[in-house]
Amino acid sequence: MNFINNNILTIVIFLPLAGAILLVFFPRRHRDIRYFALAVSLITLLASLHLPWYLVRGQSGFQFERNIPWIAHPNIHYHLGIDGISMWLVILTTFLMPLCVLISWNSIGDRVKEFFILMLVLESAMIGVFVALDLFLFYFFWEATLIPMALIIGMYGHGRKIYASVKFFLYTMIASVFMLAAILWLYARTGSFDFVTIQSMIQGGQVPGFGNAALWLFLGFFVAFAVKVPLFPLHTWLPDAHVEAPTAGSVLLAGVLLKMGTYGLLRFNLGLFPDQARRNAPWIIALAIIGIIYGALVAMVQPNIKRLVAYTSVSHLGFVVLGIFSFTQLGMDGAVYQMLSHGISTGALFMLLGMVYDRRHTYDINEYGGLATPMPVYATFFAFIMLSSVGLPLLNGFIGEFLVLSGAFQARQLYGILAATGVIWSACYLLWMYQRVFYGAVSNPANNSLRDLDARERVSLWPLAIAALVMGVAPMLWLHSIDPAVAATLRQFSSAVQAHAAHAPGSLVRADFTRNGMQALLQVIGR
Amino acid sequence: MIPAVDYIRILPELVLSIFGIIVMMVDPVLPEQGSKKPLGIVALVGTLAALAATAYQTGFYGEAFYHMVRVDTFSVFFHVVVLMIALVVILASYDYLDVQSIRAGGEYYALILFGTVGMMLMSSAIELVLIFIALEISSISTYILAGMRRRAAESAEASLKYFLLGSFATAFFLYGVAMIYGATGTTNIYNIANYLHTQQSTLAYLAVGLMFVGLGFKVASAPFHVWTPDVYEGSPAPVVALMSTGPKAAAFAVLLRVLFATGAPGWFWMVWVSAVLSMTLGNIGALVQQNVKRLLAYSSIAHAGYLLVAFAAGRQVGISAAMFYAASYAAMNVGAFAVVSHFASAGEKYVTLDDYAGLGRRSPVLAAILTIFLLSLIGIPVTGGFFAKFYVFSAALQSNLVWLTIIGVINSAIAAYYYLRIIVYMYMRDERSEAPVARIPVGLGIGLAISLVATIYLGVLPGRVLEYAIQGAQDLLK
Repeated sequence: MNFINNNILTIVIFLPLAGAILLVFFPRRHRDIRYFALAVSLITLLASLHLPWYLVRGQSGFQFERNIPWIAHPNIHYHLGIDGISMWLVILTTFLMPLCVLISWNSIGDRVKEFFILMLVLESAMIGVFVALDLFLFYFFWEATLIPMALIIGMYGHGRKIYASVKFFLYTMIASVFMLAAILWLYARTGSFDFVTIQSMIQGGQVPGFGNAALWLFLGFFVAFAVKVPLFPLHTWLPDAHVEAPTAGSVLLAGVLLKMGTYGLLRFNLGLFPDQARRNAPWIIALAIIGIIYGALVAMVQPNIKRLVAYTSVSHLGFVVLGIFSFTQLGMDGAVYQMLSHGISTGALFMLLGMVYDRRHTYDINEYGGLATPMPVYATFFAFIMLSSVGLPLLNGFIGEFLVLSGAFQARQLYGILAATGVIWSACYLLWMYQRVFYGAVSNPANNSLRDLDARERVSLWPLAIAALVMGVAPMLWLHSIDPAVAATLRQFSSAVQAHAAHAPGSLVRADFTRNGMQALLQVIGR
Repeated sequence: MIPAVDYIRILPELVLSIFGIIVMMVDPVLPEQGSKKPLGIVALVGTLAALAATAYQTGFYGEAFYHMVRVDTFSVFFHVVVLMIALVVILASYDYLDVQSIRAGGEYYALILFGTVGMMLMSSAIELVLIFIALEISSISTYILAGMRRRAAESAEASLKYFLLGSFATAFFLYGVAMIYGATGTTNIYNIANYLHTQQSTLAYLAVGLMFVGLGFKVASAPFHVWTPDVYEGSPAPVVALMSTGPKAAAFAVLLRVLFATGAPGWFWMVWVSAVLSMTLGNIGALVQQNVKRLLAYSSIAHAGYLLVAFAAGRQVGISAAMFYAASYAAMNVGAFAVVSHFASAGEKYVTLDDYAGLGRRSPVLAAILTIFLLSLIGIPVTGGFFAKFYVFSAALQSNLVWLTIIGVINSAIAAYYYLRIIVYMYMRDERSEAPVARIPVGLGIGLAISLVATIYLGVLPGRVLEYAIQGAQDLLK
């Protein structure tokens, strides 16, 4: 058991990669390739379930750690470890992956082998991002997600796929270069890439010249993550990438890749530069709120369903950023929860859109109307998932948004009021879209004879629908392990800020919300 | 009386020269119109023998021939790099010569070997006059090799252009050597170091500047880069693979010796400006290229710029970063040009981006291999290019060159665009039917495997090579 605990993260990271390498030598028989990819992703999912099973909840710090030297010069370690936050993001990744394989079963008919190789490589890289504790290793995996995703969009997308792929690549690449510069600066001054070491050195004031550079370092990391999230003025790559990507690409993009950005903000921007995070919070929150409202308003007027759903991501991820930078227990719990629940609902929405695209090859809302008549099962699934995305109580979206808004109100009432309008907007655009697509008589004769979902499609939707429901009624299953991890992050944060505040009296520290927040949380959950 | 061990210290050069002569002697025996493949095998064996000789040399570090040559970790490092380049180039040429119907196989292989001798000598010579001679040996070989596609006008143009500008540049270098002799009264690197250690000399500034011009031309750094695109476009693709890496690595070795081992004054801003210009002009020039060879030419200018960033960082960390960069750049660039040489087909017809459209479908293996080299040139993790850039920029930061790092980092982001463009064409555009389907010949396959393994190895386990480079840097500064 010890052996497994020590190596489980390595196993989970490299299982998909090993599968991809085996796939290279596979004969080009499409059916076998699909089954093999499905098997690999399912085995990875099973392996990853070891993590929540054996995670010790109350324990502070990282678990399942593995720390071995990788390269001597520079001092790079293969340092992995998870806490309650990153663990669920890993599970989200491994959970979505088999569904992505299923959803691509028939829609990818050309260059099948390459497609599944890219998907599995992407899975490895995404998991690596969430578990790496060495800044270098983190950057390594971060960049490694870029190529497979860009190729998936560019090779299997539709329409202006090249434009979308290159735009996605360049945005992310250019932004993450600034993060690399910041990482290198930290290495030059600390002699280490280790997250934990650097964190304690910064807090101990042992990094020469840190005071002057802190803002730039913070911004270096921030830009890389903000592009990925995407935060308001940097979001323009997202709609393009989503609309042109194949379904599985969109699911992973919305479900996991965007979370890499918010995860990075939470782990690195808050963890390494707490003081800068506090100073810069007002404008970051302002951008987040602009994103919430702007994303919603733009979504409302989209004639293209997929673009509409893409803009909802801008809006929903704004909530996550708001929650993180509220620096309250409730807000950050909510932010992490919202990451997971957005992965489920938006992933499911993109899968649903992919199914109808397979049948009609268009995302134009005007082409549809009255779909509920020929496709009742589809319409039911869609309604369910849409309501979870809107934030209907008892479904997953509600919990995250509620917690974030509570946190925002605690931090500053104005934030809460402005962000709360986003909930209303999301009901508007999603319900209106639902009405236009599904209700009424069938307006377009091409839609009359659409067949309803087949067994494979239902199988790929059921897990998401169940997850949405369970996450809505029993959030404690997740919050039990998220909450201590967030509390630890927040403790670290407030002690660092307080240490700094000793030099600058009068600065406001919201650590006192930690306890109140926990109580309010328990009331919300009802125990 | 010269001791026997001195001959061991130039053994790789001796071995390779002998094999070069064998190639030229076997050539007349072969049928005139037939394939020259046997010569390729002789050249291949020669390179392998020289590699073995280099390995043997590691037991005999020291100086030879009255302080003309010095064998240490530094020189062995560059010997191995240059020999590996020659090995892959010979493998890539094995079928290329027949495809292009180049009948002058004897001269071709012999010149590659002689040129390699020059490059190796450049890294082990510590006497400026010998360095100059070695530089000329390597240069003259490449001037001729550039014109090997005799029937193509652009090949002749490349050869002549390279020759005229190149001899102009070497004259600058020679002038610098003369100046430094005037300033210090010696041409031995380490005697110069001793002299400059104790005395100031205005003439030495001038000398360093002149030598930098000459070597800057050889490494294709701006503002001495103008010849590069034309010459690379016209020369046979495997020769470009050699030119863009071998003489470049050797010239960088000389530059390392001249700037750092001598403790020469006044080079910092020169290198700084040249680094910034090379990166910027190279990358911006590459953005608009349609011809893949020209694109890679501009990219090689940019890479010279990144390497000069490591020079500007100086000290042991900068030197070792530069050495690592030279090695990993050699691995990926030779590989990339080897693929290009194969795609080009008879008469090098298919070298524009449009010809690369749909290659991912037509020839998935080669396209995938080229993609890996291009990703390495961008500097994506798991490839040598990533660590190369990484070491260079972290060396620059350790020397507090924040602005140079920022400029370099922005440049490498720009560079991503044009490398990506090739990948986009290969995988995302519809194919053009007339470009032929490419089957990989055995020789090229082995060559590509070598550069691929080297690229990935440097990207996953760079530790050992870097340690060796650090050791080399220490030896250089000793």
